[in-house]
Amino acid sequence: MAKILKNREILLVVAIAALLMAITLRFPGFVAPANLARVYNDTSILIILALGQMAVILTRCIDLSMAANLALCGMVAAMINAAFPGVPIPFVILAAVVLGALLGSVNGLLVWKLDIPPIVVTLGTLTIYRGTIFLLSNGAWINAHQMSDAFKALPRAPLAGLPVLSWLSVLAIAAVYLLMTRTPVGRAFYAVGGNPHAAVYTGIDVGRTRFIAYCLSGALAGLSGYLWVSRYAVAYVDIAAGFELDIIAACVIGGISIAGGIGSVPGAVLGSLFLGVIKNALPVVNISPFAQLAISGTVIIIAVAVNARAEKRRGRVILKKAEAV
Amino acid sequence: MAELKLSPRVIPDRLQSRGNRLLKSWESLLLVVAVLIFTINSFASPYFLDPWNLSDATFNFTEKAMIAFAMALVIIAGEIDLSVASVIALSSTAMGLAVSFGFDTPVLIGVGLSTGLVCGMINGLLITGLGLPSIVVTIGTMSLFRGLSFIILGDKAFTGYPASFAYFGQGYVWWVFSFEFVLFAVFAAIYSVLLHKTNFGRAVYAIGNNQTAALFSGVRVGRVKFILFLLTGLMAGIASICLTSRLGSTRPSIALGVELEVVTMVVLGGVSILGGSGTIPGVVLAAFIMGMVTFGFGLLNVPGIVMSIFIGVLLISVIALPILWARARRRVAH
Repeated sequence: MAKILKNREILLVVAIAALLMAITLRFPGFVAPANLARVYNDTSILIILALGQMAVILTRCIDLSMAANLALCGMVAAMINAAFPGVPIPFVILAAVVLGALLGSVNGLLVWKLDIPPIVVTLGTLTIYRGTIFLLSNGAWINAHQMSDAFKALPRAPLAGLPVLSWLSVLAIAAVYLLMTRTPVGRAFYAVGGNPHAAVYTGIDVGRTRFIAYCLSGALAGLSGYLWVSRYAVAYVDIAAGFELDIIAACVIGGISIAGGIGSVPGAVLGSLFLGVIKNALPVVNISPFAQLAISGTVIIIAVAVNARAEKRRGRVILKKAEAV
Repeated sequence: MAELKLSPRVIPDRLQSRGNRLLKSWESLLLVVAVLIFTINSFASPYFLDPWNLSDATFNFTEKAMIAFAMALVIIAGEIDLSVASVIALSSTAMGLAVSFGFDTPVLIGVGLSTGLVCGMINGLLITGLGLPSIVVTIGTMSLFRGLSFIILGDKAFTGYPASFAYFGQGYVWWVFSFEFVLFAVFAAIYSVLLHKTNFGRAVYAIGNNQTAALFSGVRVGRVKFILFLLTGLMAGIASICLTSRLGSTRPSIALGVELEVVTMVVLGGVSILGGSGTIPGVVLAAFIMGMVTFGFGLLNVPGIVMSIFIGVLLISVIALPILWARARRRVAH
């Protein structure tokens, strides 16, 4: 299995490199280090979100409410800042993360305690969270002039050559990597997704593990909510609408199996970067930004087809024998 | 029992244990709810009990319900199709394109239907041909189909549909009964017969309850599923014709988020999201309930996004309540 995963990541690196080379033919400036850093920074939020989605997908669940969660937390962060400009930014961020984790825990509880299929739960909470933003804001926008300078400046602030936003995503990658590979919780994510029955017999609480995964994805969505709103300096009902598809696309492209139990942090990061490079390259190579949706759709389908082929080698053997007999 | 509280899909005996009896009562429960909402609405607004207003109210659900019938079959077979709203958009865009080339109504209908069929075929081929999970495939095609609309239309809109085309979304067959409503009733009958009275319908249930067992008992699982996705695409195409004709214009954002309402309708109708159970009459009742609730809210000037909160809550609670109820009953039994 490790070999396949390794292949997948190398494959992605090669694909991204090929993509970059193709873009360079049309526009050499794209691969300048400063521009690549800009592309990474632009992809940072997607990376953070994909890490959360990855944890959820590993446990055989899915979180379609991440973008709505992000938008709600972003709106709340912006409203706190607009109403009480004196509140220190770390507290605002903390509030967004805690609120995000709470919203995630609602998903988790419904999946854990009531056994409702994750796709239904998160489809439902998606609309509920979006609608709540409307109830909170009355449909009004919170614009740049209502936000304090400190609120807007943080993600942009340069630190050792890169903006804080980039560093935060690096931090998130490192933290989730350690969580996945060095802690019992991370191991439990893989165990639950790989074989829930076996996980039960090894003493892992399947529901609780899924709950933790949803809390993690919620917290990361909350963090991204602050980052999104402060970076673009505007908060309204529809921010990041439809972004949940990009997040899932990043995971699927990164080789995270929707059937659970398979996937890695580098995969999720590379999947996000693949989408990020495409998104940033479209205007450069003169393709209409309207084409982006169709391209992500095509890439999702291709990626899931490739994933299925990679998984078939090990997963379908039993069924085939049974059919042959 | 408690330790195996995993994904219910792997415990077939649980599906049977709360099988038919609860299902039968589910439709009667829906009927009670429908009557209740009808009564509340007629007291809440003086404009509700007007035949023409009620006729207008049916437009809130007819298009979605037509898709919901096919979707019910897909979900009963244990799959899902999240791309239906995007199929509506692409189908509508294709018809708009045909109009801009100067084609008349019969061609438009053909274009709308065949676009739906082709989209359904793509879904079906990816899911049954390549054996990919339907959730991801249809999330992918959801972006792809709407993405194609965006590529074709950008920020523009197609208008200028011929006058004869308006009949499908605005015409009336007899008195207050619109063409759409009659079409809805016809499809309700067709799908009821298809699901409940034919071998095909039996095969759909068999696949949803145990795909492997269905395969071993000679059901052509792949072919049945392929037909189901084809049907869903076709119904989305038909819904697109009605919607486009009713609105008289096409934007790439047309029918955004409709897949959620269709799935909610199906689940509210008593179809198990895990597959294997559900009925068409249940979906019909659910369609009426959702239509009347939206219409009632509309009369009371509740904004659309608040209605969508309600639909989200409805979706979760209609699934959660039977589970809680069954649990409470088990506790009483012990």
